[in-house]
Amino acid sequence: MQRKVVKGDMDSRIFNFINMSLLIIFTFIIIIPIWNVLVSSFSSGRSLAEGGFVFWPKEFSLENYQAVFRDETIWQAFFISVAKTVIGASTHVLFCAMVAYAYSKQHLRGRKLYSMLGIITLFFSGGMIPTYLLIKSLGLLNSFWVYIIPALFSFFDVIILMNFFRNVPKSLEDSAKIDGAGDWKIFWKIYLPLSKPALATIALFNGVGQWNDFFTTKLYVTDQALYPLQMKIYEIIVQSQTHSMQNIGGSVVIETTARGVQLATIVITTLPIILIYPLLQRHFISGMMLGAVKE
Amino acid sequence: MKVSVMGKRDVETTKKKPTEPRIKRFFKDFKNQWELQSMIIPGLVFMIIFSYIPMYGLLIAFKQYTALDTFSSAPWVGLENFRIILTDKFFWEAMINTVAISLMKLAIGFVAPIILAIMIYELHDGPVKRFMQTISYLPHFLSWIVLGGMLITWFSTTGLLNQTLIAAGILDKPQNYLLDAGKYWWIATLSDIWKEVGWGTILYLAVMSKIDPTYYEAAKIDGANRLKQIWHITIPSMKYIINLNLILAISGIFGSNFDQTLVLMNTQNQEKAEVLSTYVYRIGMTQGDFSYATAVGLGMSVVSLILLLGAHKVTKRLNEGQSVL
Repeated sequence: MQRKVVKGDMDSRIFNFINMSLLIIFTFIIIIPIWNVLVSSFSSGRSLAEGGFVFWPKEFSLENYQAVFRDETIWQAFFISVAKTVIGASTHVLFCAMVAYAYSKQHLRGRKLYSMLGIITLFFSGGMIPTYLLIKSLGLLNSFWVYIIPALFSFFDVIILMNFFRNVPKSLEDSAKIDGAGDWKIFWKIYLPLSKPALATIALFNGVGQWNDFFTTKLYVTDQALYPLQMKIYEIIVQSQTHSMQNIGGSVVIETTARGVQLATIVITTLPIILIYPLLQRHFISGMMLGAVKE
Repeated sequence: MKVSVMGKRDVETTKKKPTEPRIKRFFKDFKNQWELQSMIIPGLVFMIIFSYIPMYGLLIAFKQYTALDTFSSAPWVGLENFRIILTDKFFWEAMINTVAISLMKLAIGFVAPIILAIMIYELHDGPVKRFMQTISYLPHFLSWIVLGGMLITWFSTTGLLNQTLIAAGILDKPQNYLLDAGKYWWIATLSDIWKEVGWGTILYLAVMSKIDPTYYEAAKIDGANRLKQIWHITIPSMKYIINLNLILAISGIFGSNFDQTLVLMNTQNQEKAEVLSTYVYRIGMTQGDFSYATAVGLGMSVVSLILLLGAHKVTKRLNEGQSVL
């Protein structure tokens, strides 16, 4: 039901012109800084120190990337990031779908009580310290599973999936029941295959969340072998900032080398997001609408 | 097929004799749907462990609990921790920063996506519109850590901002903005808006796509220009979703951005950058004062909940009794 914006009278044309100009400026405000980071990451340390470029590196160089790739800990962090994203997103979506299937059945005994239990968690939580103490007593500190297990479930995602499951045609389920299929079988053979778009939406969003997550590492992980890329970048930032503060007016070279490595790591970390971005975009509008219906 | 299905249902319903006691019937049903129950129980167990046990753990806000104690051995102190909050200078500093940054984000960041969404909506459909939408959503998917690293680059003495300002003749000497505490609130606000403004348009655009186009045609016949059409048709159609977003934004005033603050804060700007969540982190995790940190956190969530309910009530009254939640 898109409205036709017709090229009409003078008034309308002026409006379109101003509107378009403002939007073009806006687009530049978004793109230029990102482009600038990309360009800077391909600049030599010397030209980073001098500055004076916006669109193209003054002195093209791969030294920052070479420095990053030489660092084994960054490879390791990359591996941790990939592992926590893939394992985390897939287990999260399956677990939530399983629970959402049960919630979606009106005849589920105790459904009212279960819903209350879930809704309260949307509005209130124990907060940082009690959760930390729990994670600690569960022995999850400095374990890879701290990235996966506490992130298995989200009642918000359950609501979204539940709404989706309600629209699955009842007749399919009924005929399967006649053939003697139980709920587990119906869930696996009918609901999961039919709900691929919703499952993909949840998995993609959860995956981006896992990839970008820094909080979990900062709170629960001190073992450097378990650091994901986000934590690695944070470390580099903190290091180079202390450097630059100690060296006000001093050695610029150390600062810019650290900055070059920081930029290259940022680009490497962002690249996977940009690569799956077209896929994401296809899903997130429908996903937002799914969520908004119930909210 | 359909007939037999109906028949099966009928059998099921007649099996439940109304004379049976409720408890007994409950357990019978429960047993009959064990498969379904076995799917939901893991979820309930999860919520009890990861949501309700920490809620119970909030009780340490009323105890004197440090890393050396166990939960039960720590002595009760009543409201002592909350009394300390009142005179804690650093708490109030963090509180003022949190509220100030949130209000700035609310004042600018709440209206910006609405305006942007309307501007995009007013474009002709086509590749240009799609391109602009695509670009505007992108920053949302960058983590704060990544964006923080980018900001440090843009704001550095040889970075994008200094160069542009010097080239434009506004500045004669480069500055390091992140070391300037006086500018921090603006940096936090504007960088947040830069990141989220495009993303914020999605729901508005979805709602606007459902507006009946005949309204605009009728308005045009009545001689309304484009701005008038926006004011009298587009904006009123979004009333519901604007209210909903406003309630959520108001209730989020005390829950500020942990990642953003942690990455942008340094020793120079800390007095203006520290927010409640990083303060809780510092007190609890770095200094090990679990009880006091929990008390601060509990206060934050209670106030947030009150704000949510309050904002809900006010908008409900403005909406002539219609609830938006």
